[in-house]
Amino acid sequence: MAILVDKNTRVICQGITGGGGGAFHTRGCLDYGTRMVGGVSPGKGGTKDANGLEIFDTVEQAVRATGAEATMIFVPPPFAADAIGEAAAAGIRLIVAITEGIPVLDMVKTKSFLAGFAGKVVLIGPNCPGVISPGQCKIGIMPGYIHQPPAKGKKSVGIVSRSGTLTYEAVWQTTQLGWAQSTCVGIGGDPVAGLDFIDVLAMFQNDPQTDAMVMIGEIGGTAEERAADFIRKNVTKPVAGFVAGRTAPAGKRMGHAGAIISGGEGGAAGKIAALRAAGIHMADSPADIGRTLQKAARG
Amino acid sequence: MKIHEYQARELLAKIGIPVPPAQIVESAVAAGQAFAANGFPVQVVKAQVFAGGRGKAGFVKLVQSAPEAQAAAEFMLSHRMVSPQTGPEGIAVKKLLIAAAVDIAHEYYVGLALDRAKATASVIACGQGGVEIETVARERPAAIIREPLHPLLGLQGFQARKVAIELGFSGKHVNVFADILLNLARFFLQHDCSLVEINPLVCTKEGRILAIDAKVNFDDNALFRHPHLAALKDDSQTDPLEIRAAAANLNYIKLDGEIACLVNGAGLAMATMDVIQLHGGRPANFLDVGGGVTDEGAIEAFRIILSDENVRGVLVNIFGGIARCDRIAAALIQAGREVGFATPVVVRLEGTNVEKAREMLSAARHELPTLQIADDLNDAARKIVAAAGKSPSAAALTPAQ
Repeated sequence: MAILVDKNTRVICQGITGGGGGAFHTRGCLDYGTRMVGGVSPGKGGTKDANGLEIFDTVEQAVRATGAEATMIFVPPPFAADAIGEAAAAGIRLIVAITEGIPVLDMVKTKSFLAGFAGKVVLIGPNCPGVISPGQCKIGIMPGYIHQPPAKGKKSVGIVSRSGTLTYEAVWQTTQLGWAQSTCVGIGGDPVAGLDFIDVLAMFQNDPQTDAMVMIGEIGGTAEERAADFIRKNVTKPVAGFVAGRTAPAGKRMGHAGAIISGGEGGAAGKIAALRAAGIHMADSPADIGRTLQKAARG
Repeated sequence: MKIHEYQARELLAKIGIPVPPAQIVESAVAAGQAFAANGFPVQVVKAQVFAGGRGKAGFVKLVQSAPEAQAAAEFMLSHRMVSPQTGPEGIAVKKLLIAAAVDIAHEYYVGLALDRAKATASVIACGQGGVEIETVARERPAAIIREPLHPLLGLQGFQARKVAIELGFSGKHVNVFADILLNLARFFLQHDCSLVEINPLVCTKEGRILAIDAKVNFDDNALFRHPHLAALKDDSQTDPLEIRAAAANLNYIKLDGEIACLVNGAGLAMATMDVIQLHGGRPANFLDVGGGVTDEGAIEAFRIILSDENVRGVLVNIFGGIARCDRIAAALIQAGREVGFATPVVVRLEGTNVEKAREMLSAARHELPTLQIADDLNDAARKIVAAAGKSPSAAALTPAQ
């Protein structure tokens, strides 16, 4: 078991022919063993991509022809919100939006549109590395080889993070320490996005294969504080955490659109304190995420 | 993207929000002349900068004569403004706004910003204006009125009237204020703003409602659909190194520490700053070089971080996932040859082909004697803090570029 995706998940790529990384990462997902079944590129329907995957003009056509249930979106920012809406309307159940730089008010409207498909569709991202259930399915841009598929005698950690490269750090460290990962979810660095920490933590809590969790936050917003509250009330499995940006100045956007301390909220110290108070084992250094997980798992 | 107060006032005036007339000047003499031409007995001189805290810093001043206006302008144009929002080096003042002072009966705060938890924009209002809204939010959260916009419908009339009543407006002022708020909300959505703020909005003793100060920020990611806004950009308020980095597609923010860092990924870049401080150093910058590290990118990145005069050492922290470590090592070595590493440089690489990358860096050490290789991120931070402590700053080592 894993959450969100497994070896049976049939995946298409929206923006499969563009320069936004769709072609490159479709190859990477295929190499990892993901069941990539096609792509969408309006105006190029009926052709094939470099891997021999069939290309469709619309997501609806792709779903009808391939039975796809998940999509990986590399569509450029001005058109990406539209691509998310198209996927939901076509009956896709899992939308993974990799695109960085979508106008935030586009996401406000699109999230409202997705609310009409409540219970039928899940959005991960945008501005995220994607989701991977090691050994089964990778949808996104993460390096697959650093992950460890669950196996007998190995403990499995579920990882949820707002940052791509910090997720890789956490994966790498836990792999080095002999852990496997059930599923790793990059929820993205944008201020308005799909899945939140709480949604993913609840899935990990209910997933029999996940023994412990790592959550990685960063400055901006109050998602970590809300997650702390949720963990205190609902999570019984061990949780280790890290929050990036203790040294970040207020009012400056630190790379991610959502990583900004503003209006007196979003600072790292408050997030770390809230998570600690909820009983989460917090790593002071990003180099200690793996070791902190081991400490948390020992109790 | 930020714009100046005077630009924000012009935009708001265009959509029918009452703003007192003002003049913009760039010299002290012109300030005195503007005072005389305006003809009001009491006027205010305000520095136009991208930072708050102007009042306390002495960069907003009431004046009652042309010579007073000229003297206030002289001070503001010849000093960098330093406030809690600027950092110790302060910010240069190029333009001043001069407007009539008004007889204020009551001040309000009115703004719109994204409410991240609700995933929509929201009105933020307070019956006490002219103060820092962050302070009110922290000390008396109940005094803040929030009214979320419908994601598709925007702000509706009944919501605007509700805010008016909650702020204490009555009689004809209810509709006057509601219209101002509706206009403001429409402006926010139409221009993809990330912040619109009138602080204070005032009711004068004669019963007029006026916007005295205005702040407007735009969502950078939406500028592509508002080409006319590009003309409002003022790069003189941004650090020149940040502008140079943006041109090279590098995400760089200058800070005031002495240890520079060069990292791939925004989260890891922030975490690298944190780990420098954890080991007793102070980060000199945030720098995310993105997923692939090219020779040209690495060279320009080193040139930029080493032009910061405070820098005494550089920590390179790269997780080579899709971009292989040996490729990154080659780019670092090439950058070292081009730029010359006068200051200590500690490299921590992890990921694909890391062994080969370490061999390449070791082999290059005779060329790049200040280069050290770290075992992990903690080790890297320890090494660079120790090495930087013994090293003079980049200012002392590199000739001015």
